[in-house]
Amino acid sequence: MSDFDNKKILAEPVFDNNPIVLQVLGICSALAVTAKLETALIMCLALTVVVALSNLFISMIRHHIPSNIRIIVQMTIIASLVILTDQVLKAFVYDIAKQLSVFVGLIITNCIVMGRAEAFAMKNPPLPSLLDGIGNGLGYSVILIVVAVIRELFGSGTLLGVEILPLVTEGGWYTPMGMMLLPPSAFFIIGLFIWALRTWKPAQVEKPDYQIHAVHRTEAV
Amino acid sequence: MAFKDLPNDSTAKTVIVATALCLVCSVAVSAAAVYLRPAQEANKAADMQKNIVAVSGVDLDGRSVPEVFSTFDVRLVDLETGDYAQGIDVEAYDQRAAAKDPTQAGPIAAERDIADVKMRERYAKVYLIRDAAGAVERIILPVRGYGLWSTLWGFLALEGDANTVIGLSFYDHAETPGLGGEVDNPAWKAQWDGKEIYGPEGDVQIRLVKGGVDPSRPGAEYKVDSLSGATLTSNGVTNLLHYWMGDDGYKAYLDKLREGQA
Repeated sequence: MSDFDNKKILAEPVFDNNPIVLQVLGICSALAVTAKLETALIMCLALTVVVALSNLFISMIRHHIPSNIRIIVQMTIIASLVILTDQVLKAFVYDIAKQLSVFVGLIITNCIVMGRAEAFAMKNPPLPSLLDGIGNGLGYSVILIVVAVIRELFGSGTLLGVEILPLVTEGGWYTPMGMMLLPPSAFFIIGLFIWALRTWKPAQVEKPDYQIHAVHRTEAV
Repeated sequence: MAFKDLPNDSTAKTVIVATALCLVCSVAVSAAAVYLRPAQEANKAADMQKNIVAVSGVDLDGRSVPEVFSTFDVRLVDLETGDYAQGIDVEAYDQRAAAKDPTQAGPIAAERDIADVKMRERYAKVYLIRDAAGAVERIILPVRGYGLWSTLWGFLALEGDANTVIGLSFYDHAETPGLGGEVDNPAWKAQWDGKEIYGPEGDVQIRLVKGGVDPSRPGAEYKVDSLSGATLTSNGVTNLLHYWMGDDGYKAYLDKLREGQA
């Protein structure tokens, strides 16, 4: 498969075609699990594994999937992988699995997984599909980790539970921003991130859907 | 016609692909569920021990949770008589499973069922912490009751006088996060320390009240500030305490314990 540039497939979704900031998919879990870095890391890992493996398996059987049941076939594969992931998390990192609660299960409905299966894995060979899955998982992870670092650092003064900014309530000087622990703060951070990224890479700026036509005064009459 | 010659959209191929996929996926999922069950059960048991040790307020003092837990005296209480049950394997007894088993639990009359428990098991698994002389220092009782959306499952820790609260903590519920879910909030839970369950006449007095508790007013020892925006969860907590501390719950046992007969 020399016509596939594997490195590009892997790297492109991280900044150039990021699933969260450019395609604006998978926002729900990005809000819910980023109050702490630890949960965000496990969530990133879980999603990356699911999207990579679902891409791989779907790509492997893509020539045999009848097109009229293809969405159900994709969902079945994705759902099975998510259940497996959930079982493994419950067996090995019980505390974190408990905090993630329903959000691991909700990977099934994460648009990134389904979107990559339908847009890439159905049309490409297994290896590039696997890489595309990993790349998109990384793209998702980058955003989640950035958001989680900001939220945990400014919301609780810690990173991975280790104290960085000593809190006023524990004799330090830092008054935590309670807002950071609430889901809306993730919206603001993702919004700022999109702004920063599009300033850096202006090609990602979308054309406005509608623009008010500047009417000259003489035309209006 | 061979399988590979079938057109993708033929009915035969659709059925074959769907069946094969379902078989493979179900085998994978059930294999994972079976093989990982022991690890998950061990995690659950360890988590339960952690909850019990946490609500007991016992200082870990460098010891591990299982180590501290092993010093607890685990007993089964017969809720009908208030005596310790004899001849039942305490280790193996699962109170949560017993509560659903019609041979071990009986229905509660609707007018008495204030906490919406529906079925009450005969035996309750209690955890006792004894001092060096063997006297009961702390008692941890499992409690449950319906809040707004779900049954709240938790533990109530009492001092050796079987009246003063050390802590109340729920390990399983599905109340609204941020409202009823604040039963998990450490600041709210901290209020329970030092509250009292029974009034001078032995009636259950403890309850959640709206608008805060003024510690200087009489009766403050029976009152805990309710959860804002979660009236029904708060009522549920009051009701479950009234149920389990009342005649259908641990009252008989605690009375005997106080008199040194249990």
